[in-house]
Amino acid sequence: MAKMTYLEAIRDALDYEMGKDNDVFVLGEDVGKKGGVFKVTDGLQEKYGVKRVLDTPLAESLIAGTAIGAAMMGKRPVGEIQFAEYILPATNQILSEAAKIRYRSNGDWNCPMVIRSPFGGGIHGALYHSQSIESVFASTPGLKVVIPSSPSDAKGLLISAIRDNDPVLFFEHKKAYRFLREDVPEGEYTVPIGEVDVKREGDDITVITYGLCVHMAIEAAERLKDDGYEAKIVDLRTIYPLDKEGIMKSVKNTGKVLLITEDNLEGSVMSEVSAIISEECFYDLDAPIMRLAGPDVPAMPYAPPMEDFFMVNPDKIYNKMKELAEH
Amino acid sequence: MEIIKMPKLGESVHEGTIEEWLVQVGDAVSEYDPLCEVLTDKVTAEVPSLYDGVVKEILVEKGETVSVGTPILKIETDDNTSNGEDTKIEEVEDKREQTKESVSSSAQDKKERRQTDASKPSGMRISPVVMRLASENNIDLNDVKGTGALGRVTKKDIEKFIASGGSNKKQVQETKAEERVIDNVQVEAPKEVSHLKGSRISVTGVRKAIANKMTQSVNEIPHAWLMMEVDATNLVALRNKHKENFKKQGVNLTYFTFFIDAVTKALQEYPILNSTWQGDEILVHDDINISIAVASDDNLYVPVIKDADRLSIKGIAEEVGTLATLGRSNKLTQSHMSGGTFTVNNTGAFGSVQSMGIINHPQAAILQVESIIKKPVFINDMLAARHMVNLCMSIDHRILDGLVAGKFLSRVKELIENIDPNQSNL
Repeated sequence: MAKMTYLEAIRDALDYEMGKDNDVFVLGEDVGKKGGVFKVTDGLQEKYGVKRVLDTPLAESLIAGTAIGAAMMGKRPVGEIQFAEYILPATNQILSEAAKIRYRSNGDWNCPMVIRSPFGGGIHGALYHSQSIESVFASTPGLKVVIPSSPSDAKGLLISAIRDNDPVLFFEHKKAYRFLREDVPEGEYTVPIGEVDVKREGDDITVITYGLCVHMAIEAAERLKDDGYEAKIVDLRTIYPLDKEGIMKSVKNTGKVLLITEDNLEGSVMSEVSAIISEECFYDLDAPIMRLAGPDVPAMPYAPPMEDFFMVNPDKIYNKMKELAEH
Repeated sequence: MEIIKMPKLGESVHEGTIEEWLVQVGDAVSEYDPLCEVLTDKVTAEVPSLYDGVVKEILVEKGETVSVGTPILKIETDDNTSNGEDTKIEEVEDKREQTKESVSSSAQDKKERRQTDASKPSGMRISPVVMRLASENNIDLNDVKGTGALGRVTKKDIEKFIASGGSNKKQVQETKAEERVIDNVQVEAPKEVSHLKGSRISVTGVRKAIANKMTQSVNEIPHAWLMMEVDATNLVALRNKHKENFKKQGVNLTYFTFFIDAVTKALQEYPILNSTWQGDEILVHDDINISIAVASDDNLYVPVIKDADRLSIKGIAEEVGTLATLGRSNKLTQSHMSGGTFTVNNTGAFGSVQSMGIINHPQAAILQVESIIKKPVFINDMLAARHMVNLCMSIDHRILDGLVAGKFLSRVKELIENIDPNQSNL
């Protein structure tokens, strides 16, 4: 065990898999010589050479397309999109090609590719540098979408993603990069894709969330404890396909559920989670399903007070939790 | 103090709307007195008092919808009927007092809870899981103390209640004991007649419903009566002409059918007769649904021919036949009997020539068709043998005056008398 930041844990996972498997390579804008704009891939080119850490042109479609082709030929590429918003030019490659190769070829071909990308707000990045875009991909069968909330999960899930034989989108909360630090297992360590994780036990309410909001929710839950309520915090970890069993199980013992996402409220991942709960857990519900999310405005504002207004934070979560607990 | 709760007014009915309060705080009521009118999606019904006493508090406002079992009224029961009984009640209450202390305030909690209920804006909110746990464990949610928003019973509340079930059961028993004492007082009340000998028929079910309905109608509606003599000779001729033909098709073509048809047509011209008194307003109904009386051995049913204005003579005849058959075999359901807006009663069927009907509450009028009798009448100063019939009508004088009622009845008369006896198509 070593103390690692979220960013270091991701680098550790890349380093470990590249050292272990020669087919694993990294490609993206500035990932080589510069080591990535956030320094996630720092030192990897020096260690594994220019042929395994590729600096690409400023063309996201190319990053995805190259990765897909290589993956189909047996490599295990890990593409990096500098900011999650920039993935949009590559969506055609990802949604129409990567996600469908196994299906289209009747199982003859597959695409063991990972695309990593930092997302999320709270860093005064305004639009183009703060969005949550996971819901764009979270309804495409054939894709897996993973969002780790802790350094350990980041390492374990990234290694699982690289070893997965189908395309995985791996979104990393950029505010978490240096903000979160914890003991991370060294060497071989995997976390299964497609399973929720209970980050805190409680029997009054259930909070389901993912990404950085997990930590905000845990913080709020500690405050809520003083009011006499215990909140169970569930981290989705994989937002597509969703772990239905895990969601149902976590809701049934409390009957009260709050869903939190930093994304815009409508059509978010939580809309689907809410649908699953009302379909599968109706007779276990003790209160209406509640959601807390970003407002339905076009993008993250730049002005700090406006960014605060947009972003989910522990205060907002605490108030919503209390409302639900007291219902 | 007794609590009247929202009764269950039929299968699958879970809530009711207080249509009208028929009593006010301070009113003295007797057992079976109507307290309020309740509207459910199926039927409008009156909630009778279960006790003699004085109305202490009305817990649910007019127009509010509450779920079955919600307390709606408090009645201060008459404690002075018998001193002996009085002490019994006190004893029970004393016992209750003790239980309250020993079982750590659960009784008081219950009282508080009821008060919360009363101040709640829209009845009790029950979540799916609480509903499921309550039905699985046979729990009356009124017995569970709610700690949620607006006194709502939460999942945790009911789980706690199930876990500590014993103490609350005791309390339910106490309540029952008290109710029994009150019942005894009621049974002993009519002492003057009890010494007369005779067989006793208990008043239950339909008989009770008829009694209540009739009493309510007479008490509430200021009735006025009028009668017209109608020449039904053409009608008799027309009916006799088609009777056999209809019979071959399995339809019993009665005179009554033609009267329903005529009334329906007249109602379209005088819609005010197709209405309901609602205190500060009169509701004139869009639909014409004709109630008809069907008697079985000892019961009287009033099933409804819905949208009679859209039916042909044949359609009405068929409907009358169906409803009469169902009625005689006691197979009519609430849905057959609800929604009537005007009643036509075939009193002539048992030989009556004149009657004063009691209005089918809450309708505005009832029309009685008497026996058709052949008698001599003058037509243009000449004597003729004609089939004559009396049409008797009772009206709600709050809604209708003699003039409009007379015009309506004249129109019915005109429609009957102007029937073309040679008409080939019905």
